[in-house]
Amino acid sequence: MKIPFSYTWRSLWTRKLTTVLTLGGIALVVFVFASVLMLSHGVEQTMVDTGSDDNAMAFRRSANSELVSQIDRDAANIIKSAPEIALGPDGKPVVSTEIVVIINLHKKGSNDMGNISVRGVSPAAMTLRPQVQIVSGQMFHFGSREVILGSNIAKQFQGTGIGSQLRFGDAYWTVVGYFDAGGTGFDSEIWGDVEQMMPAFGRPVFSSVTMHLKSSSDYDALKARIEKDPRTQYTEIKHEKVYYREQSALMSDFIKIMGLLVTIIFSIGAMIGAMITMYAAVANRTVEIGTMRAIGFRRRSILGAFLVESVILSFIGGCAGIALASLMSLVRISTVNFGTFSELAFGFTLSPQIVVSAMVFSVVMGIVGGFLPAARAARMNILEALRSA
Amino acid sequence: MFIIRLVLKNALRHKLRTLLTILGIAIAVMSFGFMRTIVTAWYAGVESSAANRMITRQSVSFIFPLPYAYLQQIEQIPGVNEVSYANWFGGVYKDQADWNNFFPRIAIDPETYLTLYPEFVVPADQMADFKRERNSCVIGKKMAVQHGFKLGDIIPIEGDIYPGHWEFVVRGIYTGKDATVDETQMFFHWDYLNERMHVESPGREGNVGWYILSVRNAADMPRVAKEVDDRYQNSRAPTKTETEREFQQSFVSMSSAIISSLEAVSYVIIGIILLVLANTIVMAARERTKEYAVLKTLGFSRFHITGLIAGESLLIASLGGAIGLALTFPLARVFAAGFPTFFPIFNVEMITIILAVTVALGAGIIAAVLPSARAARMPIVDGLRSIG
Amino acid sequence: MAQNNGIITVQHVTKSYRRDSIEIPVLRDISLDVPSGEFLALMGPSGSGKTTLLNLIAGIDRPSAGKVVVNGAEIGMLGESELAQWRARHVGFIFQFYNLLPVLTAYENVELPLLLTKLSRKEKREHVEAALNLVGLGDRIHHYPKQLSGGQEQRVAIARAIVSDPTIVVADEPTGDLDKISAQEIMDLLERLNKEFKKTIVMVTHDPRAAERAHQVRHLDKGELN
Repeated sequence: MKIPFSYTWRSLWTRKLTTVLTLGGIALVVFVFASVLMLSHGVEQTMVDTGSDDNAMAFRRSANSELVSQIDRDAANIIKSAPEIALGPDGKPVVSTEIVVIINLHKKGSNDMGNISVRGVSPAAMTLRPQVQIVSGQMFHFGSREVILGSNIAKQFQGTGIGSQLRFGDAYWTVVGYFDAGGTGFDSEIWGDVEQMMPAFGRPVFSSVTMHLKSSSDYDALKARIEKDPRTQYTEIKHEKVYYREQSALMSDFIKIMGLLVTIIFSIGAMIGAMITMYAAVANRTVEIGTMRAIGFRRRSILGAFLVESVILSFIGGCAGIALASLMSLVRISTVNFGTFSELAFGFTLSPQIVVSAMVFSVVMGIVGGFLPAARAARMNILEALRSA
Repeated sequence: MFIIRLVLKNALRHKLRTLLTILGIAIAVMSFGFMRTIVTAWYAGVESSAANRMITRQSVSFIFPLPYAYLQQIEQIPGVNEVSYANWFGGVYKDQADWNNFFPRIAIDPETYLTLYPEFVVPADQMADFKRERNSCVIGKKMAVQHGFKLGDIIPIEGDIYPGHWEFVVRGIYTGKDATVDETQMFFHWDYLNERMHVESPGREGNVGWYILSVRNAADMPRVAKEVDDRYQNSRAPTKTETEREFQQSFVSMSSAIISSLEAVSYVIIGIILLVLANTIVMAARERTKEYAVLKTLGFSRFHITGLIAGESLLIASLGGAIGLALTFPLARVFAAGFPTFFPIFNVEMITIILAVTVALGAGIIAAVLPSARAARMPIVDGLRSIG
Repeated sequence: MAQNNGIITVQHVTKSYRRDSIEIPVLRDISLDVPSGEFLALMGPSGSGKTTLLNLIAGIDRPSAGKVVVNGAEIGMLGESELAQWRARHVGFIFQFYNLLPVLTAYENVELPLLLTKLSRKEKREHVEAALNLVGLGDRIHHYPKQLSGGQEQRVAIARAIVSDPTIVVADEPTGDLDKISAQEIMDLLERLNKEFKKTIVMVTHDPRAAERAHQVRHLDKGELN
C-alpha cells in the first residue's frame, strides 16, 4: 500500500515555521551552488570565446602575456610574410602587429583606479576579430590620435564620453567611438593605431603579432617555420584561443577552487539542517507511524513517505535557490585578471545544464539528509511507537 | 546555578539533534573564520606597510619606467631621509604553467633598499657577500624552503620583460621580522640588470621601476609627495607619489570585487548559522510548551522561561562556535601550505577571532528571540493543553 | 451564600473565550465562597467549566467579568509578574497528568517551587525531604519520572504542590489517570493534608469516589453553579 501524497504534503504544512526555516537553508545552499557554477561559466565564456580557431599569435618565447612580450620590427616583417597567412580582399596578408600597455583611469562612482589595457592595432585588426563591432560613434582613423573604447570601459570609467580626451603616453587621445566585443576580454580594452602608440609610449617594439591562417591545418607549418628560422628564433607561435584560455586559467582556477570549497561547506550545513528537521518530524509523529504500521503499511512505505517528504522540501528549496541565482545574471563583476594584470569584467551566466545540476544537487541533498531519519521511522517497533503517546 | 543545570539537561534530551546542531554551527563558524582570513590575508600587504615609506612611480601606470637621474633630484628634496629604487624583473622560473613557481623577483640597490625595509632581516655576513658579488641574490626563507634553495645555489631565470637567460647565486637568505612579512621574494643587484641592458638593449639603460622614499617626519609626507609630482608633472615621465599604504591599497582595490564576494559569502554563512540554530531551538521550545506552562504555574516568570530558552541556545552556539573556531586554525595552515605563492602571508587575525565569537554568541541570542516571545506570551491554560 | 470570611471568594464571575470572533461563554455569573480549611469538590459534565473555574481560583487565568479574591487579594488586579509571584507563594497545583519535568529527578521536581524563595540550601533540602517523606517517597528521591509508576508520579506532584506551604491547594482530576488502588492512596493523602495540616483544597473531579472524600460538593452545569 502506498501512503497517500496528501499525508506528506500536509505534514509539511502543519509545521510551517520549521519547514520554512529548512527551506530557507536549502534555498541558500542551492543559490550559492548555482551562483558559483554561473560565475565559472561566465569567466570561461569571457575568456574562451575571446579568440578564433583560425587565428594564431606570435610572442616572445617564454613570455606568458602580451605585456611582457617583445617582437622587433625585423622579426615582425618576417612573420608577416609567411605563406600560411590568409590574404585579404586587398591582396595583403591579414595580420595585425600590436602593442599592449596598461594605463590607469579613475573608475566611475569611486576614487579607485583601474588598470586598462590599451592596444595599438593594425588595420587588419577588425577583420581578424569579427566579433568586434562598432556600436556607437565610428572607427578611429589610422594615422591619427583617435581611439575607440570597449563597452565596459565606457560604462565603468570616468571621462570616457565620445569626444572626450584621454591623456596617456605623453599625448592626448580623442575618443571617437565605442565597440562591443560580444562579452569577450576585448570589451575592457582601448584600441588605437599601433604606429601612433609606439612612439607615444617610447616603445620601438611590438608586443605580439596576430594573424589569420588560410586554414587551421596550416598552424603546424607556420609554427615550425617561424620557430626554426634563426631570424625569428626568439619567437613562439600559439593558437589565439589557447593564449586567451591560459590568460584566464589563474583567475578561473582560483574562482573554481573557492567556489568548490564554499559549496562543499554550505551543502554539509544544509544537509545537517535537513537531517535535524526530518529527525524532529519523525520523533513528533511516532504515534502516527505506529498507527500506520498497525493498519498494515509496510516499512518500505514509511521509508518512502519520509524520503519523499525530504525530497519535496529540497526540491522546493532548490527551485527557490535557482530563482534567486538567476537574479545574479544582472550582476557584473569587474576585477583585475591576475594573469594579464588588466581589468576584466564578467557576469554570471545561467545555462540549462546549470539548472539541471543545481536541481539534481538539491534533490541529492534531500535524499542524503533525509535518509537516516526515514530509516529510523521505518525501523520503529509498532507497540513502542503506539505506547509513546 | 539551577537554571544552568536545567539548560544542560534539556540540551541532552535529544542528544542526536543537539549534536547535529553543534556540528552544523561548527562547520559554519569554521568556514566563516576561513573566509574572513582570506579577506584579511588579501589586505596583508596593506597592513604591513610602513608608516613612513612612500612609493614614487610613473603616473600613467607602473609598467612605464622612471629615469635614474631622478634619484639625486629626489634626494635633494627637504624632508627626505633616504631614497632607494627597484625594478620588477618578472621572468619565468622553470615551468611557468605551475604557479607554484611564481615568486617576486626584484632588482634593487643593495646599499639602500634593505635599509629602508628593516623587516627583511639578513645576517651581516650574508649581507656583505651579497653586496660584494654583482650576480648574487638574497631570497626569502619561505621561498628557499619551498624550492630547496641553499646558500651557494644558482637560480636560473628566463627573462621576459628583460629577455634572455639569467643566473643568480644565492648569497643570502632573509627572514621576516614577524609573521606579517612576505618571505617569498628574491632581490638582486640593479647594476647587474643595468649593465646587461647597456650591452644588449641600450635604449633601456638607466630605467628605474619605482623609487622608495622615507621621510624624517611623517607629517611631511603630503608635502614631499606634492613636490616630487609637481616637479615631474610636465616631463616625459611624470610621477605619482603616495604612501606605501596607499600604493598597496590600490592593488587590493583592483580585486575589490572578489574580496567583496568573499565578504558577501561570509555574511551568508552567518545566515546559515542562524537558520540551523533557530530551527533546533524553535523545535525544542515547542516541544516543551507544556513544561513552560507548568513552570509558570509554579510561579516562574517569563524571564525565567526566556532564560531557559536563551541558555540552551547560547550553550549550543558557544560549543559549536568554539569547535568551529578551533578548527579554523588547522584549516588555515593547510590552505596556506597549499597556496604559498597566492597568499605568502596567511594568518588568522585577532579581528577574525573576535568576529567569529561575536557571530556565534549573537546567533545564540537571536535564535532564541522568537521562541522566547512565543513562550512568554502564551497563556498558561493554552500551554497546559498543548501536546508539544 | 456569599460570606466574607472565606479564604477564597468568587464574586459574580463570568468567563468567555473568543474563537474566530464568536464569544463562547464558559462560566456565567458564578459566586462562591470557600472557607479556610475547606475540602471542596467541583463536579459536572464535560464542558461545564469546572476546570476553568479552578484555573481562575489558582490565578492561571483571568475572569472576563467579576472578582476573584484569595486570602484578601483580588488576583484579577495583579500584573503578570506579580501574579506569578503570588502563585508561587499561595497556590499548589496538582494536575491530572502529573506534569513533572522529565529531565529532573523527583527531588529536583519537588525543589522547583523553592527556587523562587530565598531559603538556604540546607533549608531547601529540609523542606523537600519533609514533603517527599510525607507522601511516602523518601526512598525514591533520585529517580526520574519515567522510572516511577503513575501513582508515584502523582505523589511527587503532590509533594511539589505543598513544599512551599501554599495557602490553597488546587487539584484538577488528580485521580483521572490512576488505577483504583493508586487513586485511593492519592485521596488518602489529600484527605490527610486537609485534616492534619488544615490545607484548603479545591478539587475538580469526575470520580464520585474521590468526591466522597470532600466536605462539600458543588455541581457545575453549562457554566452555572448549583
